[in-house]
Amino acid sequence: MAKHFRSITEKYALLLVLLFTMLVFQILLPDGVSLFSPHNLNNLIVQNSFVVILAIGMMMCIASGGHIDLAVGSIVIFVGAFAGIFIVNMGINPYLAILLCLGIGILIGSWQGFWIAYIGIPSFIVTLSGMLTFRGLALWLMGGRNIGPFPVEYRNLFNSFLPAHWLNNPNDDTVFISTLLIGIAISVVLIAMKLVSYFRRKSKGYEVENIFSEMLYPVIISAAVIFLFHQLGRHNGMPAVLLLLGVIFVAYSYFSQNTVLGRHLYAMGGNAKAARLSGINTKRTLFFAYANNGLLASVAALVVVARFNSVNTTAGEGFELQAIAACFIGGASAYGGTGKVSGVVIGAIFMGVLNMGMSLLGVDMNLQRVTTGLVLLVAVAFDIISKKRRAGAA
Amino acid sequence: MNTPLLRMESITKEFPGVKALKEVSLEVYPGTIHALVGENGAGKSTLMNVLSGTYSHGSYTGKIFFDGEECRFGRIKDSEKKGIVIIHQELALNPYMSIGENMFLGNECGSFFRINWNQTYSEAKKYLDIVGLNESPHTLVQDIGVGKQQLVEIVKALAKNVRLLILDEPTAALNEDDSQNLLKLLVKFKSEGMTCILISHKLKEVEQVADRITVIRDGAVIETMEKDTDEINEYRIAKGMVGRELNDYYPEREKAAPGGICLEVKDWTVYHPLYKHFKVCDNVSFNLRKGEVVGISGLMGAGRTELAMSIFGRSYGADISGDLFINGKSVKLKSVKDAIAHKLAYVTEDRKALGLVLTNEIRPNITLANTQRVADFGFHLNKDLERAQATEYSARFGVKCTGIEQVVGNLSGGNQQKVLLAKWMFAEPDILILDEPTRGIDVGAKYEIYTLINDLIAQGKSVLMISSEMPELLGVCDRIYVMNEGRMIGELSAEEANQEAIMMMILKSSGGK
Repeated sequence: MAKHFRSITEKYALLLVLLFTMLVFQILLPDGVSLFSPHNLNNLIVQNSFVVILAIGMMMCIASGGHIDLAVGSIVIFVGAFAGIFIVNMGINPYLAILLCLGIGILIGSWQGFWIAYIGIPSFIVTLSGMLTFRGLALWLMGGRNIGPFPVEYRNLFNSFLPAHWLNNPNDDTVFISTLLIGIAISVVLIAMKLVSYFRRKSKGYEVENIFSEMLYPVIISAAVIFLFHQLGRHNGMPAVLLLLGVIFVAYSYFSQNTVLGRHLYAMGGNAKAARLSGINTKRTLFFAYANNGLLASVAALVVVARFNSVNTTAGEGFELQAIAACFIGGASAYGGTGKVSGVVIGAIFMGVLNMGMSLLGVDMNLQRVTTGLVLLVAVAFDIISKKRRAGAA
Repeated sequence: MNTPLLRMESITKEFPGVKALKEVSLEVYPGTIHALVGENGAGKSTLMNVLSGTYSHGSYTGKIFFDGEECRFGRIKDSEKKGIVIIHQELALNPYMSIGENMFLGNECGSFFRINWNQTYSEAKKYLDIVGLNESPHTLVQDIGVGKQQLVEIVKALAKNVRLLILDEPTAALNEDDSQNLLKLLVKFKSEGMTCILISHKLKEVEQVADRITVIRDGAVIETMEKDTDEINEYRIAKGMVGRELNDYYPEREKAAPGGICLEVKDWTVYHPLYKHFKVCDNVSFNLRKGEVVGISGLMGAGRTELAMSIFGRSYGADISGDLFINGKSVKLKSVKDAIAHKLAYVTEDRKALGLVLTNEIRPNITLANTQRVADFGFHLNKDLERAQATEYSARFGVKCTGIEQVVGNLSGGNQQKVLLAKWMFAEPDILILDEPTRGIDVGAKYEIYTLINDLIAQGKSVLMISSEMPELLGVCDRIYVMNEGRMIGELSAEEANQEAIMMMILKSSGGK
């Protein structure tokens, strides 16, 4: 039983730490202020959405062999600048503009991927160059001035609240009920999928754990989802950006675990030479990781400019470091080969919770940075030490 | 004769599961060149590592006396202080530093806070003159050839006031002229009173310069021969090196008449990827018939792995030329993917670095070389199918594990090897190149691997087996090719082949031009 307990705590350590941290903040915060309040939960999602998106792209680079991308913050402002030029200055149809911006993101990612994968320049150097180049180009294009405001039509794509957007005559009750229903629906689907997979594996005679430990995780997540949507319903409903996050999360979880290319990417991160000798085109795989990262960075850019309703000259500053930190806090190995999309998302949320909790407590901004820095170190140290211990025990 | 400079007394060194040295005693007299010969893994390097303090005092049993005093070296620095310097086969120079900087690396002139560069370079020049190396001490090491680099290593040892110089295969990478220069230099040092231990496979060289020759086999000294008093000949040394009992460790196999030629290589030449003028494989030709196990024997550095990898989709080497025929058809394999598509598999000798993803589970490792086989529509991994297949292959190869979700890094060497074989069988090859398939695994696991090889043959596959263990080749193969210094130097049928014959072939071709 103790062993069982330990294997669960080890497997879900990060999630437990996140829940624990939220509870600690809940105790520390004065009465009437809560991380779990509808308003704060909504802000937690909206404020950290771009970090989640960037971190997922970054994770693919890290998983392919510990490569990082320092340029994502600069890609955000560069693509954002184009979005501003296309939509605000030129008045192009927002949907067309979005497609163009995503294309530009892929191009930049491919540019970096080419130098890294095919020419063999270390990723640190290529993306450091990209960081300088694309921010410089963006500011030059913007003439050093902010671009904005964006038309409502564009902003609504990212900033609206979905049930309200879909309903005819929304009032607080219908918004609440429809939002809660969405949450329940997601939970039901999640649990149903897990159950189907569990019984299918069992009927085919594959190894399965005991049903309680298999279902523990989905049940906790479902409960959290229902609670989240319950609270969001009391605010304005489900933010549109959460739908986007959900789609990206599902797509990349699927990619990393269920596709041939995803498998090759992780295998290459685990042992590039063995992967090459197994017939895997490691260069193309690495190139893909960076092209993909460019794509996700441009998605983040679109979210950011919609949220701020303008392309600021400081847009995207420091995003790359937040994304990298989220990956490592989320359990990605700095050498590549491991790391889960879900872990990275939790890592990003964890950082968001820390920042929000400390802001609500009135902790100095600079000390918040200190905390994030130390948490990053502790998280990775914990990971490495526990791995060493496990290796020693085996 | 006078008292020995070095006396090693009943040195025994154990690694987990292996006794690398058994009661080895060695005496080296001042002012002599003492040669150590033996097969790969005989224990020569281990003995020298004990002597130099790489294995610290206490990790072995036995005593070392140098210059009459007992020595207990905790690390290499301790033995260097006494004047014992070892030059390893792989040169340990920093290519981006100058000759002078390399020479005094770790032994810098001047004080801790300030290196005296003038002294460094003038001293360096002095030593370079001693060995007759006509290069400026400011030249970067990467800009001089391997032969000169070897001299720099020796000069580096001289700068440490060396009294006993140990050279591990110093001429392995050198051409004939450079080798001769080096040997002459050793003889000259000897006449000036220096003592040398020379580890070499090249019998001609050993005969040329050594005063005494010690043969080591399986971690024990077989005999020590004196020049002038003992009759020294190749046969005696070869027999000493390989003369172990052939045990019946090998499963029987029905030897069917081999089929047509399935793999043929003609005039295969491969250059070293870094040293562009160094031929790693020189005009090699061989063939493999359907249903055959063909061995390639040779010493370390003979170019066998390089040959195999260059054939396997050009995964090694530069400037590869030659013809490759599979089932009679000329093919060009430009990538590993190509090679796998032509039903070729290369099972590497280095399973940890080149074979497996140690951090992954057994399941993805087994399917890695042919992931498409468990994919729907070419991209979606069918996890159920993958689990089923991985379970089947893991069972077929007798991998002992808690399940296919066990991480490969936690398996024993023998089980890792079986996973590696399973992985390549999953790629459905017809021709398997097995490179040292039993390296570092225990006797029981070896037997299982041999049985698996027989099973492969029974399924109509063909196996090319590279191994440094001659008894293994003799026990398993239908034919044996012998490779040395990048060339195929002979072919023996199972009937003609024995250890002495193979070793004689190698010794005769080594450096005997």
